[in-house]
Amino acid sequence: MEPKQSELLDVEAIRKDFPILQREFDGTQLVYLDNAATSQTPDQVIDTIADYYRETNANVHRGLHQLSQEASIAYENAHDRVAEFIGAEGREEVVFTKNATESMNTVAYAWGLAELGPGDEIVMTEMEHHAALVTWQQIAKKTGAEVKYIPVDEEGYLDMDAARELITDDTEMVSVVHVSNTLGTINPVSELADIAHDHDSLIFVDGAQSVPHMPVDVQDIDADFFAFSGHKMLGPTGIGVLYGKEHLLEEMQPYLYGGMMISKVTFEDSTWHELPWKFEAGTPVISQGIALAEACDYLDDIGMENVEHHGERLAEYAYDQLSEFEGIQILGPPGDDRAALVSFNLGSVHAHDTSEILNDFAVAVRAGDHCTQPLHDKLGIAASARASFYIYNTKAEVDKLVEALEETEALFA
Amino acid sequence: MGIGGSDMYRQQILDHYKNPRNYGEIEDATFTHVGENPMCGDTIEMDVVLDDDEQTIQQVAFRGDGCAISQASASMLSEQLHGMPIEELQEMDRDDIIDMLGVDISAMRVKCAVLAEKVAQDGAEIYFGEKNVDKTTTEEE
Ligand SMILES: Cc1ncc(COP(=O)(O)O)c(C=O)c1O
Repeated sequence: MEPKQSELLDVEAIRKDFPILQREFDGTQLVYLDNAATSQTPDQVIDTIADYYRETNANVHRGLHQLSQEASIAYENAHDRVAEFIGAEGREEVVFTKNATESMNTVAYAWGLAELGPGDEIVMTEMEHHAALVTWQQIAKKTGAEVKYIPVDEEGYLDMDAARELITDDTEMVSVVHVSNTLGTINPVSELADIAHDHDSLIFVDGAQSVPHMPVDVQDIDADFFAFSGHKMLGPTGIGVLYGKEHLLEEMQPYLYGGMMISKVTFEDSTWHELPWKFEAGTPVISQGIALAEACDYLDDIGMENVEHHGERLAEYAYDQLSEFEGIQILGPPGDDRAALVSFNLGSVHAHDTSEILNDFAVAVRAGDHCTQPLHDKLGIAASARASFYIYNTKAEVDKLVEALEETEALFA
Repeated sequence: MGIGGSDMYRQQILDHYKNPRNYGEIEDATFTHVGENPMCGDTIEMDVVLDDDEQTIQQVAFRGDGCAISQASASMLSEQLHGMPIEELQEMDRDDIIDMLGVDISAMRVKCAVLAEKVAQDGAEIYFGEKNVDKTTTEEE
């Protein structure tokens, strides 16, 4: 039976906005299934960047000449647009960074180094991305705090009973990935936020894989901090977002110092600019921020609920098709309960071999540990291959993945 | 096969991967050394027996785990090493390995291809007291 195609998205029209999808390698058209690593960029976003440099480019000194004023207003408004996209109160709560990783480091350094010490605990999950895992691990080493991990069960879900035991009054920070970039698990982050808050702990949610793919409201989640990257949601590289509750950002000292982030400077001392600029030292990510706002517009035009449904349907279809392969190992929850990605190992074929052969068929997937090395260690595997989907992918492309995998299987039989 | 014509997985490589030569252990090896390629999780452990004059390789065995390129390369190298003077082993470089494999290796996979060669070279250097490492890695390759 034909699985339901997404009636919600006009994929054919969407694909027209993404010129890169027309690329061919030796006559075979690209099948881009590496969206969890980086999404492609629509003309609208590319044009925004080009127009910015053609028409508006200036430094954002808030100021004195016309171009600078225009650039400043566009850059500031981009913060408002992103705030709206994730349900933040306003631009005060939205700091632009280089990527999700820098957003995490900002909190780890600005808040963690100041607040953590021996006896304090940081609770993460075994499915945490290195961006959070390595960062908190190292901050713990610097401060004498201890790191604990909420286990992942057989099916790829968090053990919530264990979470309730691990999060205690000693916990100062709970740092959890919203959607696992390896397992595709969608974690109950608002439940975790409640548990954290019951123990007067803060919660940092890594939304790198959720914001691009589903409606997210940081206030509904009740996240204290929240991070994501522009390049996974149709935006350019070089832009990430740190959301923080205003009172927390207000209390924190800056992590980077320099121009733009100051209010008054003397030879002896300095005071800080208002939020969010206090955390944006130096010339900021101007064109990237403005382009990210455009990406938010593009996604909202489609509707984040539609984006979510489309991704889930493709993931479920892929999960079902891949399950047909003998000896395949699929990581994470069942097909009808996962985000828009499927990680797998085809029998004993190494993931790098799989992806290299898929590349011969112009099918782009990621292979490796996906920056979740400890999770792979726990699963007893060195690597996995991962197909990840977005708004422009089709069932026909999943079929091409499956055909290429059949060839791989035959080659290694 | 499809596009890139990346015939990286030509018959010969797959044959060595599926039926590795000299796979196993040698009890009384002159030296044994192990290496890994952390990116792929490939490992190779190699036993080498030298002639009495300690200048020529008499016998080689290896065991390992990992991607087809790393394992096929170890298997093919193990055949080449039989009877090879140590001096010649030490002069081998990545181009020799790529020639041996007989296919174009994509840049990302060179590490996998040269792992066995590095293990053999480091093993010999350690044995002759010219180097001191526990384990070879192809990290900085
Ligand atoms: C879950 C998750 N967190 C964090 C990151 C880090 O994103 P970036 O590399 O853009 O900082 C990624 C992407 O690689 C991710 O998938």
